Amino acid sequence: MQTTVKILKRPFTSTLFAILCGLLVAGIILIVSGYDPIAALGALFRGIFSRPKYIFKVIEKSTPIILTGISVAFAFKTGLFNMGAEGQYIIGSVASMIVGVKLNLPPVIQIPMVILAGMLAGAIYGGLVGILKARFGIHEVITGIMFNWIAFYLCNFVVDSQIFHKPNTMRSLSINESGFTTLFYKWKNSKEGIEYLKHNKWLSDILLKTDVNIGIIVAIVVAIIVWFLLYKTTIGYGIRAVGLNSKAAEFAGIGVKRNIMAAMTISGAICGLAAALTITGTSPHAIFKLGMFENVGFNGLFVALIAHTSPIACILSGLFFGGLSYGGNALQMDLGVPSEIISITMGSILFFVSLTDVVPMLADRLAKRGNKNAK
Amino acid sequence: MLNSIISIINTTLMYSAPLVFGAMGGVLSECSGVINVGIEGMMTFGAFVGAGVGFYSQNPWFGLLAGGLAGALLAILHAIACVTFKADQTISGMALNFIGPGLALFLCRLFFNDMTMTDRVPNKLPKVFGSVDITVLIALLVTILLWFFLYKTKFGLRIRSVGENPAAADTLGINVSKVRYASVIMSGLLAGLGGSSMTLAVISQFTPTAISGQGFIALAAVIFGKWTPHGAYGACLLFAFAQALAVILGGGKIDVPSEILNMLPYVLTIIVLVLFVGKSMAPKANGKPYRKGTR
Repeated sequence: MQTTVKILKRPFTSTLFAILCGLLVAGIILIVSGYDPIAALGALFRGIFSRPKYIFKVIEKSTPIILTGISVAFAFKTGLFNMGAEGQYIIGSVASMIVGVKLNLPPVIQIPMVILAGMLAGAIYGGLVGILKARFGIHEVITGIMFNWIAFYLCNFVVDSQIFHKPNTMRSLSINESGFTTLFYKWKNSKEGIEYLKHNKWLSDILLKTDVNIGIIVAIVVAIIVWFLLYKTTIGYGIRAVGLNSKAAEFAGIGVKRNIMAAMTISGAICGLAAALTITGTSPHAIFKLGMFENVGFNGLFVALIAHTSPIACILSGLFFGGLSYGGNALQMDLGVPSEIISITMGSILFFVSLTDVVPMLADRLAKRGNKNAK
Repeated sequence: MLNSIISIINTTLMYSAPLVFGAMGGVLSECSGVINVGIEGMMTFGAFVGAGVGFYSQNPWFGLLAGGLAGALLAILHAIACVTFKADQTISGMALNFIGPGLALFLCRLFFNDMTMTDRVPNKLPKVFGSVDITVLIALLVTILLWFFLYKTKFGLRIRSVGENPAAADTLGINVSKVRYASVIMSGLLAGLGGSSMTLAVISQFTPTAISGQGFIALAAVIFGKWTPHGAYGACLLFAFAQALAVILGGGKIDVPSEILNMLPYVLTIIVLVLFVGKSMAPKANGKPYRKGTR
């Protein structure tokens, strides 16, 4: 009995419970609108796992949202809602693209330069939100929303500008090849490489049709660094103290304003990193003219919330999110189920995550009843 | 000159109406102590239902009403989560931002031959004074009514007391849960109206981009307007004015790229906030679930 109660009280259990409930809601909606939910679930699984290519695609799509998720989670620890993650991501991709196109150095220098440019741009953009919050008391949600749109139009401005626009397309120029972080890039583009890959169906399926890149490794490392920073260092202690009780923190000599600015800067830098890795790692290594937000930053909000703002859990929830959204395409293609069922599912899961207090509450009741019966 | 002034005013009013509805929804909900970041989702769902009902019933007024009810339907979910289950209000609101657009597009595909946009509605909402959408007037009316309701009536005082200090309100015999339920559901109704006023008055169909960010701008307007109806209304007008200015100036009269002009509303908002508005003070209990017996 005690162990059941303990297991029920774990955040992980409530999240699983939320995921199950979310899937159940989606299933009911599918039945009501005349589709077969079991077949849909099957198609979803096939769309994610049936070919190595799919799995690698999911990882590729998940990488940026894992990072934006970590970024949002980090800001959450200071009690800040980083609605501006989207804008920080866009600005990061613009800066990476500009540096990647303009510079052409050996890869050892080029790659760090391009990535640093993205991180720096994101950090400045996020830091600005922090300064406006700390110095002028302007709510970070407002500035985040406004900065998202400013970044949106700035991106379109750069894509359309004479220097960076690739003629007859909707995108900018690609960055120089020395900045690519795609793995085994040489294999894919040399005759010998392709000849070798022809004999190996598995490898060619992965390498030729996806952009395998270093992103996911970086994302995992960042998750660990952020965890370490938050829980094992003085800086992290200050950041968490401000988030938990800013007045007590101030009283204890922890500068609230300074920590707000620091947290937003770091949060922005992580979003910029996500963008830089996308630019360097996936073709066409360029930015596109935006018609709508790509939602990489907004989805980071989802990832962070599902992960209960734990940076390590962001890896799992990011992969989960990436898998669902990539597998959703298979739903539409195989069964004709509108792929929007995926956003409904995600929304429902998030809704049930917001109710996470319910499961521990039930557990408490269960424990009480157990005690009564024991007597 | 006079012509361009009139056209700026016209465009300002046109853009402002959906924002005002959304912002009033936000003010009402947050005054009662429930943060509503799901306005965007409620507006999108309302926009679809409004256009869909407007198309099938051929009556834009039915559409407008249905849009409002659709928003309220989503708000019921928010209320159940936030009030009954003491859920995290931000998470629940964000969930609605996924559910609202998801449901809208899903249903749109079911009812409109697998398309993500509805057909054009046969009748748009009427215009008054020649060229002003009637929703502009309704929005103004809603603002005045909400102001009167919140500051001059018994019920308004109750809502505000629940938002400031639910424990004190509870000891005076006010049913905190009931007040919050009512406020959140009305908030959804208003957001839904905002969505359908977009698809029934401004454009005449639902498209995936019909509501793109207006809900979040409305949310910003609530904070900008310091959680008061008149303040939020002013914020919406300012924002819509900047947007109208960008559109009019973008008509080729001056030589500035349209992307830079389009940034204007957002830059202007931040400047105004820095120079004139300053620190924002939310209702004290905003975002905090109320548990009986705790302080």
